[in-house]
Amino acid sequence: MTILIAALSGLLFACGSWLLMQRRLSRIIIGVGLLGHGANLLLITSGGTGGRPPIIDGSPLSDYADPLPQALALTAIVITFGITAFLLALGYRSWQLTGDDQVEDDVEDRMIERWEADHAESEHPDFDPDAELPSDLASNQADQP
Amino acid sequence: MLLTILIFHFLLGGAVVAIGDRLGRRGFLFAALAPAVTMAWLATKLGSVRDGNAIQQRIEWIPQLDLAIDLRLDAMSAVMVGLVSGIGIFVCIYALGYFSHPKPGTARLAGLLTMFAGAMLGVVLSDHLIALFLFWELTSITSYLLIGNDDRNPRARDAALSAILITGSGGLAMLAGFVLIGQSAGTYRLSELVDAAPGGSTVTVGIVLVLIGAFTKSAQLPFAGWLPGAMVAPTPISAYLHAATMVKAGVYLVARLAPPLADLGAWRTLVILVSSATMIVGGWRALRQHDLKLLLAYGTVSQLAFMMLLFGMGRYDLAQAGIVVLIAHGAFKAALFMVVGIIDHQTGTRDVRKLHGFGSGWHPVIITSVLAAASMAGFPPLLGFIAKEKGLDAALHADFSGGTAIVVVLVVGSILTVAYSGRFVLGVLGRLGESDRQRISPTAPAPTAWFVAPAALLALGSLAAGLAPVLVDETVRSATESLYAAAKPKPVVLWAGFNTALLLSAVIIVAGLVTIALRQRVERLQHGFGDAVAPWPDSDRVFWGIVTGTSRFAKKSTGIVQNGSLPIYLMIILGVAAALPLVPALTSFETWPDTIGTWVHVPIAAVIVVAAIGATVVRRRIAAALLLGAVGFAMAGFYVVQGAPDLALTQFTIETLATVLFVLVLRFLPRRFADSKAAVTTAARLAVAGLVGVTVFVLALVSAGARSDVSQTSISAEMLERSVPDGKGSNVVNVILVDFRGLDTLGEITVLVVAALGAVSLARAGRRPSDRRRDRSASGRGFAELPLVDASARLLYPSILVLSVYFLFAGHNQPGGGFVGGLTAGAAISLRYIAGGVAAVRKSFRLAPWTILGGGLTISALTALVPLATGNSLLEHAGIAWDLGPLGTMKATSALPFDIGVYLVVVGLVLMAYEAFGDEHAPETSELPEAVTS
Repeated sequence: MTILIAALSGLLFACGSWLLMQRRLSRIIIGVGLLGHGANLLLITSGGTGGRPPIIDGSPLSDYADPLPQALALTAIVITFGITAFLLALGYRSWQLTGDDQVEDDVEDRMIERWEADHAESEHPDFDPDAELPSDLASNQADQP
Repeated sequence: MLLTILIFHFLLGGAVVAIGDRLGRRGFLFAALAPAVTMAWLATKLGSVRDGNAIQQRIEWIPQLDLAIDLRLDAMSAVMVGLVSGIGIFVCIYALGYFSHPKPGTARLAGLLTMFAGAMLGVVLSDHLIALFLFWELTSITSYLLIGNDDRNPRARDAALSAILITGSGGLAMLAGFVLIGQSAGTYRLSELVDAAPGGSTVTVGIVLVLIGAFTKSAQLPFAGWLPGAMVAPTPISAYLHAATMVKAGVYLVARLAPPLADLGAWRTLVILVSSATMIVGGWRALRQHDLKLLLAYGTVSQLAFMMLLFGMGRYDLAQAGIVVLIAHGAFKAALFMVVGIIDHQTGTRDVRKLHGFGSGWHPVIITSVLAAASMAGFPPLLGFIAKEKGLDAALHADFSGGTAIVVVLVVGSILTVAYSGRFVLGVLGRLGESDRQRISPTAPAPTAWFVAPAALLALGSLAAGLAPVLVDETVRSATESLYAAAKPKPVVLWAGFNTALLLSAVIIVAGLVTIALRQRVERLQHGFGDAVAPWPDSDRVFWGIVTGTSRFAKKSTGIVQNGSLPIYLMIILGVAAALPLVPALTSFETWPDTIGTWVHVPIAAVIVVAAIGATVVRRRIAAALLLGAVGFAMAGFYVVQGAPDLALTQFTIETLATVLFVLVLRFLPRRFADSKAAVTTAARLAVAGLVGVTVFVLALVSAGARSDVSQTSISAEMLERSVPDGKGSNVVNVILVDFRGLDTLGEITVLVVAALGAVSLARAGRRPSDRRRDRSASGRGFAELPLVDASARLLYPSILVLSVYFLFAGHNQPGGGFVGGLTAGAAISLRYIAGGVAAVRKSFRLAPWTILGGGLTISALTALVPLATGNSLLEHAGIAWDLGPLGTMKATSALPFDIGVYLVVVGLVLMAYEAFGDEHAPETSELPEAVTS
């Protein structure tokens, strides 16, 4: 790990986060891609300064680059591709429905917010604790002679 | 057997609830079965239990935590079991008459009542504090369901909510107290706690918490509000829960814990303060009720405080009196509630102002109420008199400070008890009826004998036990001894001779009668007092203030936090995720690493910086996608420098494929990102993005200090060492993927399959089956109808496919593998697509994309599973080698079919992507479902 690589990952994460907070799905997808690159960069450099490709050819073990972060990063790359494909499908579907790929606000959540504003008053009726309680037999009395 | 009885209650109750309304009021007949069986069993054991032979049973729960359900039946528990089950039988029989016209839900009441009885028995039989807590909360829950059974009645719902919130949170406080006491005593068993005698400030805190639990359950101030509210429940339920059982759980707990704890810390002071106030306030409020049921409810509050005072002092003579009160109160209060229910049932009112006396045939009811009220008031020769007398006598001989105060409180409280008992009787007799009200009661039909019998028997029982205290003497003595091993209880007798207690009893009765006689003046006094304290917040108002406040706060904060805006959610999540680790990361920061490791990094970094910033700020979609691709290619270069050829190969092919995919989708979308209203201000987004960047930067630097080269970590070194001998492959990365960590890879390709299926389903969601047929028959037409492209595609396609297969097979020893091979094949497919469109892609693969996808996953999964069949572990390794003569030796391992599966999944994913987005023309709007277009 060097300051250069650390700063580079920081930049990729910052750009990715910035794009994630947008309303356009295609920008969000780009953001996910940048985040993925940033994460892979961290993974690989956390394995040390690099070295010979980890393909065993008789060299001393300390010459090889760390294979484990590479395996992790390889997995991460492929998964990011899968996610990108899925997100693109989301964007495609969004375009089919609305002609755009804008992520709209959830209307129902907005309605909860508004409902609360309209019903801010107390919901609990103030019962007099000493008043007579209603009888649970109310329906019986109709049958009484 | 103890556990069997508890389980029987719950099973029977559950069955009755499940059968429900088909049973109607007959549900109570079935419900009566459980207490009847319990009583029969108790009768066979009572003799031996009274001799001090407790019945124990232990069911291990979590042995590692010393948690067990310890059940124990000693004489004190036997008294409680007798109350719970004995009164349970009476209540069930009474309910048959009360629910003469069952409404929907009546049978459910019966089932819930049985379950409640089971929970209550659990409380009084538990010897382990945690098990006791468990059953304690079960009584809270079942009583919640019982009170709120009439779920259409808002008052019932509110009362149920108030009961469960108050008793439930009290229960939680109690649990904390149990843990504090149990830990400092070294035992959670009630039977061992007496000898453990814990002490210290921890125990003091524990005592306060446990007492809060007991006070909430037994409706002591300031938690008393729920009990009168719970009177909206049908009267049989009130009689059972709020007179005989549930509220006595708190009293029972105090009775059990007072012997070891009463002399410690705050216990006695707290009990004296709270219960003295409750006894007098409860009596005072009972005296001003018009609703007979509420009168009894406040009376119960007062009587519970009386019992708290007797049991809570930690003295055996007071506790002995407490046990008598417990029995007497169970009998007379249940009888009185039943009488109120009878009056309500026959006349339709419980208001004393509307009662004007009863006609003929009501004598049994009148006699029952007079007897039971006399027992409540403590008139001789009823059991209530003996109980009060014993309590006064013991309080007069108290050897602790506060004894005199208790005597005064008992006298004042008892005068009020006499007064409200008198008010009850006068109300039943019709003396409090107002002349301007309609006279209903004199013509009301008399209740049937079965309806009155349970109440009458209980009242007669109070009389019989009063005249012949020997009936209860032995039980009370043994119960006292089970609480206080050293107790030397005096016998329970009606006539204890001329003494101070008798004098006080006389004073109480006279003063009480005078209060009744002067009731109009008392009423005026009460009105004046009531008006004076009206502006003060009472516990009920405070409680509902807290409840509505909490729910309003929850809704407000939900409105803010869950506002439906994805950018805001992400901003909060990212901001928190970045801010939290920043502080610990900064504090553990040690040294700055080198600025630049190798100079090759610099140009690569420059490309990444420019491309990443470009991808972030450009406003054209395609440009952004291409810049993202540029970042990817630069990353691939970086992987080469770092000595990761597999990664570089993967990244190259992926970047190619991803760029094609982007173009395929983005061609439909508007070219530019239009300006849209931002949910979050630019400054906030910048701040959060910057914060994320800084945190990652710092974390990267900190983690750099943690490790610097491979040899430091054993796991990677071990993988390097064992790759050839164990994994039969020299490409360590590939061996890790398909062998060492094969299960992870299996999970990963499953994710890919799911993502691919999801993508295709989403993209084709707006289509109809007919489109699919038309697609199949469509002639191939490529993106670029250029002869050169077509020719080179035809030439290159097979060679790239061969290369991909080479990568697949060579991958175990050389750079390559299933992922790389599959992606390379994907690149070949892309070429095919560019030349001939989606039709050409379909033509070149005879199998459908999903078949390839699923087939790949199946092959990998089977490869992983096969070793299991031969008794080895999942993904167990096996290998063979073929000598192919001049072609060299071909080694194959079980990793190969696994990798083939990976290869097929990746190829399937690419094919699926073209299936999803590859159409030349997007489906027209008219083909969309109507609901969507409108």
